[in-house]
Amino acid sequence: MLRLMTTDSRLLLSGNEAVACAAYDAGVMLGTGYPGTPSTEILEHFSYLGGKAQWAPNEKVALEVAIGAAFGGGRAIATMKHVGLNVAADPFFSVAYISVTGALIIVSADDPGMASSQNEQDNRHYAKAAGIPLLEPADSQEAYDLTAKAIEISERWHIPVLLRLTTRVCHSKSIILRKSLPQPPSAPFFQRDIKGRVMIPSNARGGHRKLRDRLNAIAAWNENSGLNIHIPGDPSLGIIASGIACMHAREAAPKASFLKIKMAYPLPVETIRSFVNQVKRALVIEEGDPWLVEAIRAAGIAVEGKAEMYRFGELNVSRVQRIINQDASPEPVPPAGKLPQFCPSCPHRAVFETLRDLNCIVAGDIGCYTLGALPPFEALDSFVCMGASIGTGLGLRHVLPAEQAQKVVSVIGDSTFMHSGITGLVEMVYNPPATGHVVLILDNGTTAMTGLQEHPGTGRTLDHKPTGKIIPEDLAKVLGIQRVHVTDPTADRDAFRQLLSESLASRQLVLIIARRPCLLAAKLIRKQGRDPHSSSAPKKP
Amino acid sequence: MKTTSVVIAGLGGQGVLTSADILAEAAFITGLDVKTSELHGMSQRGGSVTSDVRFGHQVFSPMVPWGQADCLVVLESTQVDINRPVLRKGGILITPDLIDKKDLLHHRSMNIALLGALSRHLPDIAEPAWIQAMRAHLTAAIQDVNIQIFLLVRKSQA
Repeated sequence: MLRLMTTDSRLLLSGNEAVACAAYDAGVMLGTGYPGTPSTEILEHFSYLGGKAQWAPNEKVALEVAIGAAFGGGRAIATMKHVGLNVAADPFFSVAYISVTGALIIVSADDPGMASSQNEQDNRHYAKAAGIPLLEPADSQEAYDLTAKAIEISERWHIPVLLRLTTRVCHSKSIILRKSLPQPPSAPFFQRDIKGRVMIPSNARGGHRKLRDRLNAIAAWNENSGLNIHIPGDPSLGIIASGIACMHAREAAPKASFLKIKMAYPLPVETIRSFVNQVKRALVIEEGDPWLVEAIRAAGIAVEGKAEMYRFGELNVSRVQRIINQDASPEPVPPAGKLPQFCPSCPHRAVFETLRDLNCIVAGDIGCYTLGALPPFEALDSFVCMGASIGTGLGLRHVLPAEQAQKVVSVIGDSTFMHSGITGLVEMVYNPPATGHVVLILDNGTTAMTGLQEHPGTGRTLDHKPTGKIIPEDLAKVLGIQRVHVTDPTADRDAFRQLLSESLASRQLVLIIARRPCLLAAKLIRKQGRDPHSSSAPKKP
Repeated sequence: MKTTSVVIAGLGGQGVLTSADILAEAAFITGLDVKTSELHGMSQRGGSVTSDVRFGHQVFSPMVPWGQADCLVVLESTQVDINRPVLRKGGILITPDLIDKKDLLHHRSMNIALLGALSRHLPDIAEPAWIQAMRAHLTAAIQDVNIQIFLLVRKSQA
């Protein structure tokens, strides 16, 4: 007979919601980040629960804001997708040398299999490269518990902690029990620590040594931290696994012995050695790069890993079964599904039809509009990373023969422009190509692809309250761009086509803002009673 | 108790995620262990989407392995063939063809109608849990009509 459990503390939450819930329950004072699948819902849920959550223009700024909060003694969490940590890598590496007072948690949501990303980089490498402790939950309960543990570790050793999630942890729901978590030991208060926080070389040299001492202490602690669980089973197969891979493996080999690693950096070497000595066959099951297996082997422990073919894409129960069976034969290819496309009546459609008809060379960027690369448009020729459209467009202009160079357009969305397009405009003004350049901002008034988040150009905060608003056309004029146009290509396609043709022929620096709200966002914006581009929108004094 | 695995498939925007949320919530209310898995982002723009729901005494992987789904619910007939391999031998396929048009009282409720058909094959989840789950995941304005559709289909299928 099934038992009905109705206690309030039992919740069905996604991994992202569980991280937010733990942050809220532990008194985290500030959550900051930039939207990116699969990380976005962490801050949204933190805000929903009543936490102070903010979208930053990009991940670098988000992490810097969180570092400042932690310097002030507040608990802070910075959230981002895996490639976002590349943007935030500069402060990430530096803060490792610096003592934080309040807990500083950096959440990296990795996307193995690239459900919605341009690469499947494995951010466990960042933990080792920067010297930042790494925690890896495998479900929502662990996401909750390890967020709390990350706070404890961060405050005990005054060190930032990397909480690495993956898509199937972020966007899987499972049951959690909410707990009463330890609250911050004291209220924020500024205490001067110039030697500890000003990373001039004379201080940074000491900072590096201090970091290694802390990591040694944490490594010793991790041997008995309770974070790495030995699940006894048949000793003929011992599986060492972390994160979601451990869940797949427990289903694939229910009788095997397991060592589940929740804190993989610093690695609990002696715990692993002892486990390996107790089993006949020691196999490391991990998603992504052979990171764990290499670290274990580097410690002089002989373990078996996976065939190279399993580095690519996500793992699942079937693939783990193949790894256990040492089966490296070609895998069945799942039938291709229907590709995503622009919504019917999406304002991007008119833009990409025009770009296609004018045979433009389009340096693209990240957002819904990347779908312009697919049929029937096929009018997007490159896309590298957030904000790269402007730089790559300028590079093309600098080297191509004039008749081709004059066809180059950089296309970037409004949220992506705020994220990292502004420095591209600065470059354009500073190093203008001989043929000029045309930058097209597709301003649909939202961060559409990740689920309609606000950004500094919408004039609304994460929780949709009025705030300061950055106007891209004003910014461009201040930067000294000669020609700035605001237009709605959907309303008048011919006028847009003519404007674009003239701009390409002008040999000047041109910024065109194609402005029309995303249809999905427009409905929400109407509900909030605020037009994204009305002049009555409040400005910061 | 064996883990039950259900895959819900369709195109982005058809209500695949909502259907999965309701099923998971109903299993959760029943007191079972539950895991779901879904993808967000790029795939949400009209492309093929699937959502996995698994429940039982203890669920490990949130993803349904190929050939092991007990039930496959497909919201869009064009998506049946590409998803069929996930279904186990003897598994239940639920498609819009099963729905009597007169039961579909609202044109955007195919997902709920199909959940009504699915519910007949999941004896572990009782009717009140389904209704409570729909109230939790549907906006107030559309709750009653959808519950009515769910019950019509649940009871009409022989």
